[in-house]
Amino acid sequence: MKNIGVIIELDKGRVKEANLGMITLARAKDVKLFAFVLDKQAISVKAVLESFGITTIVEICLAKDQQNNPATRAKAMINAIKKFNISMVFGLCTAMGKDFLPRMAALLDAPLVMDCFFVDLEQKTARTYQYSGKIIATIQLSGQTLLFGIRPNAIEPVKAQEKARILKFDSSHVFAGGLRVLKSGGAEKSTAINLAEADVIIAGGRGMKNSENFNILFQCASKINAAVGASRVAVDSGWVPYSMQVGQTGEKVSPKVYIACGISGSIQHFAGMKTSGMIIAINTDENASILSNCDYYVKKDALEIIPVLTRILDNG
Amino acid sequence: MQIYVCIKHVPDSAANISIIGKNSIDENVNFLLNPYDEHALTEAARIKNNLPGTEVIAVCLGKADAEKTLRSALAMGADRGILIAKEKNYDSRVTALALKAAIEHDGKPGLIFTGKESIDEGGMQTMFRIGALFDFPVATNVVKLDIEADRAVVVCELSGGITHTYEMSLPCVMGTGRGLNTPRYPTFPDVVKSKKKPVQKIAFTDLNIKASLAGMRVIELKPLYQARQPKEIKGDATVVAKELIRILKQEAKVL
Ligand SMILES: Cc1cc2nc3c(=O)[nH]c(=O)nc-3n(C[C@H](O)[C@H](O)[C@H](O)COP(=O)(O)OP(=O)(O)OC[C@H]3O[C@@H](n4cnc5c(N)ncnc54)[C@H](O)[C@@H]3O)c2cc1C
Ligand SMILES: Nc1ncnc2c1ncn2[C@@H]1O[C@H](COP(=O)(O)O)[C@@H](O)[C@H]1O
Repeated sequence: MKNIGVIIELDKGRVKEANLGMITLARAKDVKLFAFVLDKQAISVKAVLESFGITTIVEICLAKDQQNNPATRAKAMINAIKKFNISMVFGLCTAMGKDFLPRMAALLDAPLVMDCFFVDLEQKTARTYQYSGKIIATIQLSGQTLLFGIRPNAIEPVKAQEKARILKFDSSHVFAGGLRVLKSGGAEKSTAINLAEADVIIAGGRGMKNSENFNILFQCASKINAAVGASRVAVDSGWVPYSMQVGQTGEKVSPKVYIACGISGSIQHFAGMKTSGMIIAINTDENASILSNCDYYVKKDALEIIPVLTRILDNG
Repeated sequence: MQIYVCIKHVPDSAANISIIGKNSIDENVNFLLNPYDEHALTEAARIKNNLPGTEVIAVCLGKADAEKTLRSALAMGADRGILIAKEKNYDSRVTALALKAAIEHDGKPGLIFTGKESIDEGGMQTMFRIGALFDFPVATNVVKLDIEADRAVVVCELSGGITHTYEMSLPCVMGTGRGLNTPRYPTFPDVVKSKKKPVQKIAFTDLNIKASLAGMRVIELKPLYQARQPKEIKGDATVVAKELIRILKQEAKVL
């Protein structure tokens, strides 16, 4: 019997959708599945977690002023891993995970593969993308404790009902030296729906022409529950903030649908979205490279098509 | 103060990558400075400008041809370079051990910079491993940085535009993100000057890094083939919009 741990990311007290695929991936015969919750919320998330096969929920209790300190969280998490004899740890490769999983791996001196879209628990291998998404790499991990950062949305969640118990793990005495959180906050309206975790992304590039035209995308996005992304040109032109950039030097996303408006489809842009389930391109230029690497395309002005789409969605 | 900037020599993101054997790539492509490391160098140069007496040292673990990339780092403002010459590739655990050993051997770091991610392997972890080895605090995806007498105040970007502001004791390690600055690309005189700056070469094997059981090994590389068959949606705007809604509902099932 192997103990596998998944670190649950919450959003306003609820289990983020992306956790469910990750739990599905970590589940196997002869595996005891532990969920680690770093907030005093275990009770409220118990039902969801046990419906996906979790049998133990560990609630890690931190001192009040340490709750959003990633260094403290990593230390506390490591103590818990040791205490419960966890041999494999799964976490989400979200922005939060990127500031958390590598901290744990470094403190444990344990191997970690980030941005995995598949893990073979038997072979102890992980698959991830390398070289701007051009290559799929299979990586062999070895060591006592193995860590995996899982790309959100990469795995379809499948339910498996279990009954879970809740254990408390007091870590209120854990403090991270050297790093103190002074402030957290500042979400911009533009990314109300998190890019990395969105099911649908509608993104704009140079073809949007200016900052005002991005409102056309925001209006449409609110109708289809999408996040709004952008190409680097749109970001560098100052039309939208950098946090919206998709691509090699931006966010890497795998939504079910990616709608690219006025984006040519450069290698660097593709590096961030080529693993999308479906790609729809709206582009005036029939030679734009995105048109030969998508599922559907429209050879028209995005500034004309999107408002019509929004209007029809509005009228039901 | 001594500022160490870890820089990686990586294949150009626009290069075609072909696979040799089971798990290596054809390295006969254009290599350059990892884009995130450009922000690290630019920031180090900025600090040096404000803090007289600061020395900026670029450190790279790479094969012999990485010297070219180290020279670009010198042209971007580093005072000198250290090339830890390797013959094969190592995982980020060993990379951090080597970088730490070389830095420790060379001087007294006040700050250590890395990029937030390398664009070839994308490990996203070297900064944390270096930090743990030195027992220095670490922040990553740093988009704003102020150095004060005995502390650094940094703003890190999390997803969705959410930011965290951290206070860190010095010395510390920082993984730079793209919002931090606009890289200052070298002028012709910078390039000429960089040719005269010293680059010290150390052999990886001289660092006496002990073998360990724990690690990551690439066992297979495969190209990602895209099997998309583009279909055109024709008609006027209304027809197109209706067809898009049908696709979102019936095929993608997201509406
Ligand atoms: C190291 C490095 C890293 C990079 N990282 C990234 C990254 O992370 N993300 C990224 O996106 N880029 C990145 N780039 C930049 C990338 O190379 C391209 O320059 C960029 O992606 C192009 O953006 P674009 O498609 O919006 O603009 P363009 O390539 O100019 O394309 C605009 C497209 O819009 C179409 N168009 C114009 N008007 C309309 C209209 N009204 N309706 C419909 N279509 C219209 C045009 O036909 C054209 O195809 C990087 C580059 C480098 C060198
Ligand atoms: N071989 C290397 N030599 C010098 N610096 C490196 C090397 N590998 C990684 N780094 C640094 O660590 C950062 C993060 O790399 P990674 O952990 O691979 O994503 C890079 O941006 C570099 O600054």
